Amino acid sequence: MYHKSKILTGLAVFIIFMTYPFWNNIGSAAYVRPELEKVKKAKECVESVEFMRAEHMSMLNEWRDEVVRDASHEYHSTVNNSVYQKSLTKTCMDCHENKDKFCDKCHDSVAVDPYCWDCHVDPKGVQK
Amino acid sequence: MKALYSLFLVFALAAIALVGAGALGMEHVFGLYIPFLAVAVFVVGFCLKVVGWGRSAVPFCIPTTCGQQESLPWIKQNSIDNPSTTGGVVMRMILEVLLFRSLFRNTKVDLHKGTRVTYGSSKWLWLGALAFHYAFLVIVIRHMRFFAEPVPGLISGIETLDSILQIGAPTLYLTDLVFVAAVTYLFLRRVVVPQIRYISQVQDYFPLFLILGIAFTGIFMRYFVKSDIISVKELTMGLVTFSWVIPEGIGVLFYIHLFLVSVLLMYFPLSKLMHMGGVFLSPTRNMNCASRKFRHINPWKFENVQYHTYPEYEDEFREKMVETGLPVDKPLEEGAE
Repeated sequence: MYHKSKILTGLAVFIIFMTYPFWNNIGSAAYVRPELEKVKKAKECVESVEFMRAEHMSMLNEWRDEVVRDASHEYHSTVNNSVYQKSLTKTCMDCHENKDKFCDKCHDSVAVDPYCWDCHVDPKGVQK
Repeated sequence: MKALYSLFLVFALAAIALVGAGALGMEHVFGLYIPFLAVAVFVVGFCLKVVGWGRSAVPFCIPTTCGQQESLPWIKQNSIDNPSTTGGVVMRMILEVLLFRSLFRNTKVDLHKGTRVTYGSSKWLWLGALAFHYAFLVIVIRHMRFFAEPVPGLISGIETLDSILQIGAPTLYLTDLVFVAAVTYLFLRRVVVPQIRYISQVQDYFPLFLILGIAFTGIFMRYFVKSDIISVKELTMGLVTFSWVIPEGIGVLFYIHLFLVSVLLMYFPLSKLMHMGGVFLSPTRNMNCASRKFRHINPWKFENVQYHTYPEYEDEFREKMVETGLPVDKPLEEGAE
């Protein structure tokens, strides 16, 4: 092989970069699905678990726009016939009290950094 | 037509994953075995290809010269486009690999007033290629969030920058827009420009459609038909730590996405996508333009070269040569068959 040292160095760099997911996880504990804090206050959420899992961010975005622009504060649930107030702090975080033990768990795990907290406060504060 | 073949091929691949992982319930195959095999084929195949190139000799000094060569002291040399030192070559390679300098030099031939040939600058290919490659790089780095726990700051930082306009929820990635626009441009130029359509083959269209398919399935999973991202991370983390699991409830769209990525990885070492490694090994770029100063020795060992002399050639083809009336050194023997 010609220019052996240069080519092999290049290939070594290539292999190191391309196998990052493999060597990066050597020795670290197996990944476990984040455990979310169980809610004691209410029996069910404003919508089904599957819907909330997939769409909670869109829902909060819509709530914000509807409240701020149209002064529409009431949310009619499609799973139970209750009416909820469209409010992150007053409705969602009334049950899911602790941001660290609920919101952040999944968000941190997949590097999502929602900008809710640029304006909203964590009602219970940071509980260490 | 060639574009349509490629498009159908990508649809067929998506259908395989749709049926396999969806209807037949072979999530293990499409979620674990094929991706793992694809990574192995990609890394090993890539290395074999590069080693193969490294073993082939460069018999001639063939760098392309795109500027004034080193000459008399009062003639200004273009030390990057016609490098005469190793430093110059390194500079040229860095600019080539990171900024696609040779595409920047792309020109367009035109007939001015129908009679005069003119050469104009044409930067669109350069711009499209640059946008495409860098968007792809950012997207690949962003995806590393599925392969690291905790996610390193660099990766989440890039993620934050990419969604800096905070449009919608989940926030829109700017690279998604740039990527789809750039791939679409790279495809359209092959279809719209007659000269480029003439030289475009299935192997030109296929990677474009494959990459577009990957982009669309990814975009759909993020913005429209949501996949359970935590389950996806369970799968990807299991994949790279060899504790393979198939979590419940990941949509079939994810398996299509993953299968198309696997196909791209396996196709990579077999195709022109190998320009990723090839750009470093291009003699026209990585050689020193100092052929007047240093003699380039052909590294072939002469005893290994298989040659075919003219008398041997004539012996082989004499009958046919005589038949068609070509002159021969040795006449055809009388009575020969």
